[in-house]
Amino acid sequence: MDAAQREVLDSGDINRALSRIAHEILEKNKGVRDLVLLGIPTRGAHIAQRLAKAIADIEGVMIPVGTIDVTLHRDDLRSRPARALLPTVIPTSGIDGKKVVLVDDVLFSGRTIRAALDAMGELGRPSQVQLAVLVDRGHRELPIRADYVGKNLPTSLKEHVRVSITETDGTDSVSISGTPAGGGE
Amino acid sequence: MKRHLLSASDLSYEDAVLILDTAEELAKLVDGPVKKLPTLRGRTVVNLFYEDSTRTRISFEAAAKRLSADVINFTAKGSSVSKGESLKDTALTLQAMGADAVIVRHSASGAAHQLAASGWIAGSVINAGDGTHEHPSQALLDAFTMRRHLRDSKGDLAGVRVTIVGDVLHSRVARSNVLLLATLGAEVTLVAPPTLMPFGVEQWPCEISYDLDRVLPRTEALMMLRVQGERMNNAFFPSMREYSRGYGLDDKRASALSPEAIVMHPGPMNRGLEISAGAADGLRSVIVEQVANGVSVRMAILYLLLGGASIEEVSL
Repeated sequence: MDAAQREVLDSGDINRALSRIAHEILEKNKGVRDLVLLGIPTRGAHIAQRLAKAIADIEGVMIPVGTIDVTLHRDDLRSRPARALLPTVIPTSGIDGKKVVLVDDVLFSGRTIRAALDAMGELGRPSQVQLAVLVDRGHRELPIRADYVGKNLPTSLKEHVRVSITETDGTDSVSISGTPAGGGE
Repeated sequence: MKRHLLSASDLSYEDAVLILDTAEELAKLVDGPVKKLPTLRGRTVVNLFYEDSTRTRISFEAAAKRLSADVINFTAKGSSVSKGESLKDTALTLQAMGADAVIVRHSASGAAHQLAASGWIAGSVINAGDGTHEHPSQALLDAFTMRRHLRDSKGDLAGVRVTIVGDVLHSRVARSNVLLLATLGAEVTLVAPPTLMPFGVEQWPCEISYDLDRVLPRTEALMMLRVQGERMNNAFFPSMREYSRGYGLDDKRASALSPEAIVMHPGPMNRGLEISAGAADGLRSVIVEQVANGVSVRMAILYLLLGGASIEEVSL
């Protein structure tokens, strides 16, 4: 557990990855029409804000950004004591008929995203849902994949991926700790 | 959080703020497009009511249903209680049916505690009013309402000046409120005729006054209590009129409040006795809002007690 942490993305890498994702979102959706970003708290919400800012820098338009808390829709609620709820803020323009890009920091089992899709189903009916993540570490347990990935990070299940971002952790970095996978990266 | 909610004093500062914050998030969802959440699917909540209730029972039922729990309503009238069944046997029956939470109201002080401590029931026990003792969920919804109006829905109630007026002696609402508000840092003053102050009230974490008019101008939240005639036998004050003149909130007293102050009442109201119709329906009144907030707060209580693993399941 106490094995050394390896930094795999530094602050510059994260900025470049987010700026690339911003371009990819615009390319795939042919501009900003009907786009809405929904971040999954807490880090996904901050990353969504940064993506919106990057998109604004490119296109000169600030697209609506919100947050969506998935706690009440999780399938593993009973595995630990009840968790505090995090804010859900849906942009006033709503999500009906919009192209929603869900944003999270790490894509792992896919269960958080499933819960987010359920939570979103309560709030409206987007015309399309896409998924952007800073890190995809594999080990999916559900048929879910990301449309935009900052970095694919092959990991073993024993490893721990830690995403730090300035807004919550004071610094931008992605690191891995624990026993590495047999083949290495 | 403890497994049961029996007394407002069970709640630490962190627990109390967590419940209020959770209720705030749930209120945002329920006021919006989301009417039902899947969180408590498959859990059974029993409303065990030995005493009459409108707001509390309906509110707990609505809260449980919005979280997708199954609700069983039990009222003493029309049940085997009228044939003489004891609390223990009723509790064992509910346990056999697999109740995950029992919300209990009883005319005997300590009934909820008895139920929780006896081991008759494996689930959580939530006190929805026991005699003249406590009513913690009411105190939480009152604190939630105050926080919305006076503290922008954030943090605690540090420094908020709350005045609770009336039949403190028989009021479980007053006792729970004093305990919870002290935890949250509010400054509480109790106002009542000397005959309606409980024994030992000087030990409570609050101020005491017998002069409503002196306290009114500095009050930020004014809570009027129901005069509980059914527990009194006409023995505590000379006449309704005299009580009303000394301790009732009439239109003139309501105008002595600061413009930002709010007027609260846990219901049911005796209009014309402890509160005039003008004050009850006036601009400062948040009485109807208290009822709406009750659902959000009770959703938060149910979610935090039942939504996660129980302490035994986590086996810390």
